[in-house]
Amino acid sequence: MSDKKLTFKKRLHILKHHYRGKKMAPAFNALHTFLFAPDETTHSGSHVRAADDLKRTMNTVIMALIPVLLFSMFNAGYQHYSAINGFPQEFSLMNDFLTWDNFWIGIIKVLPLVVVSYGVGLLIEFIFAVIKGHEVEEGYLVTGMLVPLIVPIDTPLWMLAVAVVFGVVIGKEVFGGTGMNILNPALTIRAFLFFAYPTWMSGDKVWVYEAVERAGGPDAISGETILGYLAQNKAAEMSYSVSDMFFGFIPGSVGETPTFLILLGGLFLIFSKIASWRIMLSAVIGSLVMGLIFNGVVDAGWIGETSKFYGLMSFDFWKHLIVGGLAFGIVYMATDPVTGAQTNRGKWFYGFFIGFLSVMIRVFNPAYPEGVFLAILLMNVFAPTIDHYVVRGNVKRRMKRLKNATILPKDSAGKANELHAETA
Amino acid sequence: MSKDIRIKKGLNINLVGAAEQTTSKAVLSNVYSINLNDFHGLTPKMLVKQGAEVKAGEPLFYNKNKENMLFVSPVSGELVEIVRGARRRILSLKILADKEQSGVSHDLLNVESASKEEVKAYLLKGGCWPFVKQRPYDIIADPDANPKAIFVSGYVTAPLAADLNYVLQGKEKELQAAITALGKLTPGKVHVSVGKSGNSPLSGLSGVELHKVSGPHPAGLVGTQINKIDPVNKGETVWTVTPQDLVIIGELLLTGKFNAERIIALAGSSVKAPKYYKTIIGTEISTFLYGSGVEGDNFRVINGDVLTGTKSAPDGYLGYYNNTVTAIPEGDDYEFFGWNKPVFNKISATRALTFSWMQPNKKYDLDTNTNGEHRAFVVTGMYEKVFPLDIFPMQLLKACMIKDLDEMEQLGLYEVAPEDFSLTEFVCVSKQPHQQIIREGLDLLHKEIG
Repeated sequence: MSDKKLTFKKRLHILKHHYRGKKMAPAFNALHTFLFAPDETTHSGSHVRAADDLKRTMNTVIMALIPVLLFSMFNAGYQHYSAINGFPQEFSLMNDFLTWDNFWIGIIKVLPLVVVSYGVGLLIEFIFAVIKGHEVEEGYLVTGMLVPLIVPIDTPLWMLAVAVVFGVVIGKEVFGGTGMNILNPALTIRAFLFFAYPTWMSGDKVWVYEAVERAGGPDAISGETILGYLAQNKAAEMSYSVSDMFFGFIPGSVGETPTFLILLGGLFLIFSKIASWRIMLSAVIGSLVMGLIFNGVVDAGWIGETSKFYGLMSFDFWKHLIVGGLAFGIVYMATDPVTGAQTNRGKWFYGFFIGFLSVMIRVFNPAYPEGVFLAILLMNVFAPTIDHYVVRGNVKRRMKRLKNATILPKDSAGKANELHAETA
Repeated sequence: MSKDIRIKKGLNINLVGAAEQTTSKAVLSNVYSINLNDFHGLTPKMLVKQGAEVKAGEPLFYNKNKENMLFVSPVSGELVEIVRGARRRILSLKILADKEQSGVSHDLLNVESASKEEVKAYLLKGGCWPFVKQRPYDIIADPDANPKAIFVSGYVTAPLAADLNYVLQGKEKELQAAITALGKLTPGKVHVSVGKSGNSPLSGLSGVELHKVSGPHPAGLVGTQINKIDPVNKGETVWTVTPQDLVIIGELLLTGKFNAERIIALAGSSVKAPKYYKTIIGTEISTFLYGSGVEGDNFRVINGDVLTGTKSAPDGYLGYYNNTVTAIPEGDDYEFFGWNKPVFNKISATRALTFSWMQPNKKYDLDTNTNGEHRAFVVTGMYEKVFPLDIFPMQLLKACMIKDLDEMEQLGLYEVAPEDFSLTEFVCVSKQPHQQIIREGLDLLHKEIG
């Protein structure tokens, strides 16, 4: 380590002591611990601790999001130019997608969303930390990255800022901050946008850059999402192939489209043991089950081609996973440990119903053919109830054991044998 | 007949500096000390005054709530100081040892024919009762209770802890005497556990239910074994004794003398030549620490193992129950971008750019750095991976934090001791003080329900 770095470290150390006990201490510490892992040592209990802290945990999720973010920046331009010039006949990844022109649209449209999301959200986090005198918690590091990826690209920045303020204050801080919130903050922000500014959040004009501005003019462009086509029973007009859907060359919210990269991110999160595979797997199963039910209803002839639900219901059940925000929601939002179910068994139920309800709401929502964020928010509310019943199961087992023990105080051998059967 | 217990959930923390299996005799300490904090929740009443001469095995104080429970001096000498803290609470006693040691001798007890009451009275009088601990509450056992079983764990999984198979060698007679005596105190069984592989002196004992245990830490913790063998229900009591304390109990029964001698492991990466020492309870740690040599001067001495021990210093004293003293480097330094760069030299239960999963047998040199700041509970499912008890760890911790007695009871607080949460504390991403939370919960429950 060079002398210069040493003095920098030392200087920060002195500053830390200068700020100790003062109002601005949490703000300083947040910046300090960003640069340097703190010099804090254990006092009691375990004298050694594992290498992970909350920053590392959150950072891992962000790493899983970076490829999605980069893809979405290219896709922003790709969708824009394709809407103007038409989709290329012979698609080439290097010539048509990974071009500087496409990326430039990402820089001027996607990057500002990221900056506003982080800027406003972290500012609120810092203010609350200073007011309440606790350290700045890392929850928003992930939230701030999720938010720009789940909004339409043309969302005005002021609108995003207002939504972030609402989501962070009402969705999180009033409950006590990171770890205490009931609802996923990123989805609270998304829901606020959806209900407060519905015209900016749905229709065929919001998914492609400049579509709103050009609307009604001679050079009008539009980009309907696949779910949008299906909801209007216009599947035939759709020109997207399954591989377009899987790799994400389709219109949609900024970062929800690249199912392939989301899948990689999900596998990375499972491998690194940061996100729950139980939730992801059961949510996939849940959505497939619901999709199969709908397909079955169509096959049975109960829903005719004239029904307004026909388009979405007849959509192949597995394709639900590669269009819209379902994959993104399952991997990055349903697995939020704070708002999700906390018991391992509870996670199975929680995940299953997220998948199940997402597809159901998708089909039946008359205004907007997407349901992931509503399904997750709904299950956020029910997660404590699910956990309650799982935990009661454990309590019941204990009570039963107690009851047996009271009746036969000396017959502990029989019980012991039974437990052995489980452990052996 | 033996039964097998196989633990799957857990994590072995492999550290450098395991004690080499040779035993040296530690230098005799001038001053011996008894730290009253070792006896959690005890209110002592002194029997001797400052400046009095005591013999080894002579009572120093008793338990105010159980007057026949005596605590004896490990050595003969002069009680030079009664260290008091706030509100004159006694913190520790210091005894200046005589050059020539002399001890109290009790009449021998015929263990085979003695009654339950005789055994109990003998142990209380002889100063060996404090070695018997109880659950619930993880305190010294109430002699008037009727425990449903007694548990002894001879399987060691804690990092760098003394190898019981080694230190118990040749102590079969004492162990058997102690087990025979303790067996009379319970209508139930005496459960003794040993490692599945390895040759434990405990495996030849008669009058016990032998269990062969395998699996990662915390398989060796007695709490894990209780939970798998015969969990504590509300209103029930079980007693636990460590094997090395059984030796002291056995020696009292066989010779009539309280012999505080004990073989301890001196371990840890800050020790140059980690090995075993034969010494006496209450000895100054420097009497053996410097015999092995230390690396640098910025290290922490831990009375006990790294997960459950208490912070001490070279001029501290060996704790009443400890058979391990660990010295590891202090981690009071910053680490540039420590939160996001890949980590190769620390243990982790995840794979979030941490690579300890690639080399499960590698030995690590961990320091006392917390590797992050205290946060609210965020991550879920981590504790369950290292917590083999049939209990919801996070839910129980939260019940203790909000002081909800009903929840604490229902979620199984009666079954646990703080040490059972040492591993969840180790892996905790939010750096919550699990053991302290459980200790405070147990104290509250004890106070309110009794």
